[in-house]
Amino acid sequence: MATIISLDPRVTRAQIDPDRPDPLEPKHELDQFHTYEVFHQQKSGGRHVHVGSLHAPTKELALLMAKEQYARRGQTLNLWVVNTRDVVTMPSEDSEIFETTPEKKYRDVSAYMVRNKVEEFKKEQQGTKA
Amino acid sequence: MNTNAIKDLLYRMADDALIIAHRHSEWTGMGPLLEEDIAFSSIAQDKLGHALALYSLLHDLGEQQPDTIAFTRNERDFHCCQFVELPNGEYDFSLVRHFLFDASEKLRYDALQHSTYEPLAKLARKMRGEIRYHIYHGQTWMVQLGGQGSEESKARMQAALDEAMPYALGIFETTDSENEIISSGLFEGELALRDRWIAYVTEIVNAASLRMPDVQAITPVFGGRKGFHTADLQPLLDEMTEVFRLDPSAEW
Repeated sequence: MATIISLDPRVTRAQIDPDRPDPLEPKHELDQFHTYEVFHQQKSGGRHVHVGSLHAPTKELALLMAKEQYARRGQTLNLWVVNTRDVVTMPSEDSEIFETTPEKKYRDVSAYMVRNKVEEFKKEQQGTKA
Repeated sequence: MNTNAIKDLLYRMADDALIIAHRHSEWTGMGPLLEEDIAFSSIAQDKLGHALALYSLLHDLGEQQPDTIAFTRNERDFHCCQFVELPNGEYDFSLVRHFLFDASEKLRYDALQHSTYEPLAKLARKMRGEIRYHIYHGQTWMVQLGGQGSEESKARMQAALDEAMPYALGIFETTDSENEIISSGLFEGELALRDRWIAYVTEIVNAASLRMPDVQAITPVFGGRKGFHTADLQPLLDEMTEVFRLDPSAEW
């Protein structure tokens, strides 16, 4: 039987028959594991930040794989994994519900005139100390 | 403290780490899943780091440079157990070996944190996190492919466990330094470790709905600690040292 000879000794050792009578069946297009969303927490009390997703057969393995994929570089305190199917999301055709009329500036952060009040308060505090 | 006893223990641990690192690394690029390929390669890399740290302790005790120890010794001068030399086989066997070996590593390094040889105790504390991860990885797969897996995966894990057990028990082969190692407080000793290992492994094997082989009825495969190895070690060493031997004086 002819086998594949490779520069990689592992491939040569595997004695792969290039003309195997039962060639491997390619998988169906969507025949794969679920995806899980990964959330990374850097420090105690810090928020879990979405960092990406991965494929895994179960939630236990998703957590295991997340450690390697998303926590191997830099500081990590904890990880969350969530099955992507469990994430509730808005249908994209409804995205216009986030639009609002332009005259409601008072709802925007930029419309809050807090600085003046803070300055005033600081002065007041200094006044009481003196 | 008897330096020869310390060296004996360090050589056994370091050679185990080096050889299993090489075996694990043989899966790199060929793992069953992308994520798992990366995880297993990362564990291999950690093991290589452990070997380097232990060879460095040996160097501090007057032995050769770590690279020289790792890459230029003859097969007979290696003190790894035969378990770590065995070829990878299929992924079931590699995973089961990884689990059984890392269970012993976890318990060994836990105990070594209290070693009277402070450099080793310090190293054991430093490696703690990595070894915790290695056993977590091994245990998770045991449970997934055991009780939570398919009939086929469960049967494969059981067969791999039965095949591995005589070799795994060979991890705990003692040497002539054993009494000295225990009495000096260097380490609790292989037999105490073996008992704790059996209890630990039995618990996980049960949790994985697999059958723990009857360890009392099994004859352990000894020899590795005294330099007697399987026919698989020499080809591994040839391959591992191939690049080093091209130019042993090269700066890396």
